Amino acid sequence: MTSLETFLAAKGIYFLTFLLLFLGLYGMITCGNYMKKLICMNIMQVAVIFIFLCLAQKDGGTIPVLFSNLRNAEDYINPLPHALMLTAIVVSMGTTGVGLALLTRIKEKYGSIEEDEIIERENK
Amino acid sequence: MNEINICLPLIAISAPLIASILIYILGEHIGKNAREAITFISSAILLISVYSLVPHVLKGEAIEIIFLEIVKGVNFSFNIDAAGMVFACVASTLWVLTSCYSVGYMRGHGEKNQTGYFSAFAICIFATIGLCFSANLITFFIFFEILTIGTYPLVVHYRDEEGRRSGRKYLAYTLISGQIFFASIVIIYMFTGTLEFKAGGFIKPDMLPMPLMLILFIMMVGAGAVKAGLMPLHSWLPAAMVAPTPVSALLHAVAVVKAGAFCTLRVVLYVFGPEAAKACHGAEILSYMAVITIIVSSLIAIRKDNLKARLAFSTVGQLSYIILGISMLTPESSVGAIYHIVAHAFMKITLFMCAGAIFVTAHKKNISEMVGIGRRMPITMGAFTTASVALAGFPFFVGFVSKANIILGAMKINNLLFSMTLVVSALLALTYLMPVVLIGFKKDIINEEFQKKDDANLMMRIPLVITAVISVILGISPNFGLHLYTLAEIAAKSIFG
Amino acid sequence: MMRNLPALIIIFPLVSALLSVFLSKISLYLGRNLVITSIFISLALSIVQLREVIINGPISYKFGNYAVPYGIEFKIDTINAIMLVMICIIGLLTGLFSTNFEENSKDRIKIGGSHALIALLCVGMLGMTSTGDVFNLYVFLEVTSLSGYVLIALGGSKGVVSAFRYLLIGTVAATFYLLGVAMLYSVTGTLNMQDMHDILSSRANDDTMLIAMCMFIAAFGIKMALFPFHGWQPSAYTHAQTGARPLIAGVMGKIPAYAMFRYLYCVYGTEFKYFRYFLIVIGALSVMGMIYGSVRAMAQTDIRKMLAYSSVAQISYITLGFAIGTPIAIAGSFLHMFGHAFMKGGLFFASGSIRYKYGIVDMNDFGYIYKKMPLTSALLSISALSMIGIPPTVGFFSKWYLALGAAGEREYIYIAILVISSLLNAIYFFKMIEKIFMAKDRDLKPIGRDSVMELPWTMMIPIVISILMILGLGLFNVKIINILLMSLGGIGI
Repeated sequence: MTSLETFLAAKGIYFLTFLLLFLGLYGMITCGNYMKKLICMNIMQVAVIFIFLCLAQKDGGTIPVLFSNLRNAEDYINPLPHALMLTAIVVSMGTTGVGLALLTRIKEKYGSIEEDEIIERENK
Repeated sequence: MNEINICLPLIAISAPLIASILIYILGEHIGKNAREAITFISSAILLISVYSLVPHVLKGEAIEIIFLEIVKGVNFSFNIDAAGMVFACVASTLWVLTSCYSVGYMRGHGEKNQTGYFSAFAICIFATIGLCFSANLITFFIFFEILTIGTYPLVVHYRDEEGRRSGRKYLAYTLISGQIFFASIVIIYMFTGTLEFKAGGFIKPDMLPMPLMLILFIMMVGAGAVKAGLMPLHSWLPAAMVAPTPVSALLHAVAVVKAGAFCTLRVVLYVFGPEAAKACHGAEILSYMAVITIIVSSLIAIRKDNLKARLAFSTVGQLSYIILGISMLTPESSVGAIYHIVAHAFMKITLFMCAGAIFVTAHKKNISEMVGIGRRMPITMGAFTTASVALAGFPFFVGFVSKANIILGAMKINNLLFSMTLVVSALLALTYLMPVVLIGFKKDIINEEFQKKDDANLMMRIPLVITAVISVILGISPNFGLHLYTLAEIAAKSIFG
Repeated sequence: MMRNLPALIIIFPLVSALLSVFLSKISLYLGRNLVITSIFISLALSIVQLREVIINGPISYKFGNYAVPYGIEFKIDTINAIMLVMICIIGLLTGLFSTNFEENSKDRIKIGGSHALIALLCVGMLGMTSTGDVFNLYVFLEVTSLSGYVLIALGGSKGVVSAFRYLLIGTVAATFYLLGVAMLYSVTGTLNMQDMHDILSSRANDDTMLIAMCMFIAAFGIKMALFPFHGWQPSAYTHAQTGARPLIAGVMGKIPAYAMFRYLYCVYGTEFKYFRYFLIVIGALSVMGMIYGSVRAMAQTDIRKMLAYSSVAQISYITLGFAIGTPIAIAGSFLHMFGHAFMKGGLFFASGSIRYKYGIVDMNDFGYIYKKMPLTSALLSISALSMIGIPPTVGFFSKWYLALGAAGEREYIYIAILVISSLLNAIYFFKMIEKIFMAKDRDLKPIGRDSVMELPWTMMIPIVISILMILGLGLFNVKIINILLMSLGGIGI
């Protein structure tokens, strides 16, 4: 029992983020509504961002701002994943923006954002 | 080696290519006459440059030209040897005659799409001359595939449903065999590290274990066999008969089928060589297939009423003479095989030109309708008779020279079956060609329309008379003019030592 | 100037893309011309760079002069130097070509914007090709994708839906890629490819690497439309904006393929424990893709859709070379990459021109088009022959090297598949050729202005250059192969 607890304490967060990831993927596959698909896509992206952030964490580390009394690298968490994820967030925002713009166009042209209705109209 | 030697093959190769491109680009912007003038000028240039190469080859000078490295480790290069020279002479001579004939035929018949026709025709000649001079398998394959593609527009010349169907059939046969040929070239390069043709072959008999070696042999020979119409791979050839007659003449007498036979020659004697071909039993199988083809195709030819179809099956049979001669692996039969490339070219092109002339002038396709046509078209039918007799292998005609050599080879290896086949097939050839002559010259019943003498137009008559006369002259003196017989002997000597 | 070449090649189109829309406000065609000029400058610079790399060996460019494992590095060897040239050529031709599709519209934003997107697409692809940093690759991947989505969406109402679908699945791919990077980063702590390779080969992290590789194959597989990840591709290629289609179909799929190559051979390397298995998996996918793509392409009558499915088959040739894994086969892959860019680009140039002139896309209407558009039909025929692999076009030679590599590894099944695939290609491409030369004449009336020339010169140039490149790359393939082998020497099995 204790071993499970230590395992969960150390790695449990990864399970949760992977759960989030697959939740998003599952939603993208099953939802018939394009808006919902887009939301699920966002969830998936957030999950990956979490994974990166979890990588940066460590016990006994503090935020990566130089304190005069802490001179060793061990005392800080890794700042690089945070920096990377800033970029990733910007990219995901861009993707969502383009996605929303496309959705409004689809709504304009097809009058719907339900997948089956659009397919029906496409085949006409 | 002086510079002229290098220039001549280049001129020879590029003349038809330039002609083809010019005709395609200028196309409709220029008149008929200009188009034909381009064809004639380039064919004359080709003829002169090929002929002037003959003395060098006879003297035994090696003419090698390396252009560029075409794939890593292999050059795009030409090497002019005796066997290639024979084929090049035939092709270039017949291009002049066929062009002349085409002009007459196309005008007499009011054909459409003449730009494409003359352009593709020149491409085919370009590829054929390239084949003759190729020094290695890659160069050979490049021209081989160009020939395949270049012939396609000719086969589908009429752009109708029937033409399209036979075009598809033609492509199916040639592309599949071509791709298999490609795969086997890759494998050979992998094992030997070279692709240069060498008289006597560069593959060692023990390169691969026995069944694999045979498979490789069959893969290699397949491409040539398809183009040469070896049974059971022949069925594209009669189907391609829908094309205009000059195309059939080119397909069946000069470029494509001969390229197939030439490909077999190169593969068996210059890639595998007599030893390896014998060791893997490939040559044996090939020779028996040739025997079957000779007999069966002649039997089919007898039953055909359409003159062109009958000639097509005759081609299938005659081409197998060459393959039989090659696969016997004796010096005599090889000389016969190489010389049969010449002999059959002149005989068969005469027959086809006659068939075309009859079609254009009298609009008759079937033999049963030609009763008494000899009265209306005496010169055409005269030429037809000469070629028929030659094809049957009568002495003093060109067909005799090659067949005698092949029979000599068969006797040397004491194979009675081969000798018998050749004799029987000569009789069969008489059986399917003589009726045409006899019907044509029938005296008692003559169709009304054949009463008046009205032969084919001059542009068609001249070439067919020339080819008929050549078939006789070469029969009496095989070495007349270009010493083609000596060239064939040189080639055989280089292979068998 | 010379020292900053790798950065300058990307910066010119980037700046022009940003300026393009604003300049269009000032003068109608100013932005557009700026984009074309900037891609031309990039082309010139990339040729200079290629020369430099051939003479002096690989270039390593450090952004902001940060030392290598920490800062972003651009790494140019002979392979990606040639790829940069290819991207710039096709980008430039596409830029010229697509000018014709906005003649009637006076919408300034549209004229400036669509060219800005073409420039951005080039920027993304140039960046993906040159970068030596795994996260930087992600950023450029997204730049490529985003501009790609919008260019596809510009192709009308069906284009919007295809673009949206592509956006969803493309983002999944990007997310998978990021996940793979996270895994590798967690075991190596570096983002530089070379550094990552050194660390990975010194420590055994085979299981993490295994999962990460699966992620990469899925991610790049989706992006390059490798079977079975190709679902988005046919409709996206079909409905993309006509002017930009050559760039999208001709080049966009190849850059992820190159990225996959980098991961397989530069980051992981042959000493990776499961390397052979991945090669087998990629080989199997390629084989299936070659057959599947060709079979599907046969059933199409819309030329755009046929070409799109044929791309599924052709991209598999490239991955097949990676799967064989000998230097000569990989060189063949890259040769096919360059050749195919011009073949597929050329086919889309030609089909776009036919659409431009007559407004048709169905092959059944192509009857006697060769009389009306001889040059375009010549390009269609030559590209088709090259796709089948008829010498002396480039398609034959890339197939030769692939087959040679396969024979060297005794993978005869790959040779058989190459043969079968060419024959399948022959079936549908000859169907197209039959339609061009032999179908019934439809008496097509040109839409738009009637001109004496076959096409405007901005369309003629791409067509002529495509023809020349297909033949030229074929005849002088040994030069390209030699250049490629300079960098491939240390790579491969």
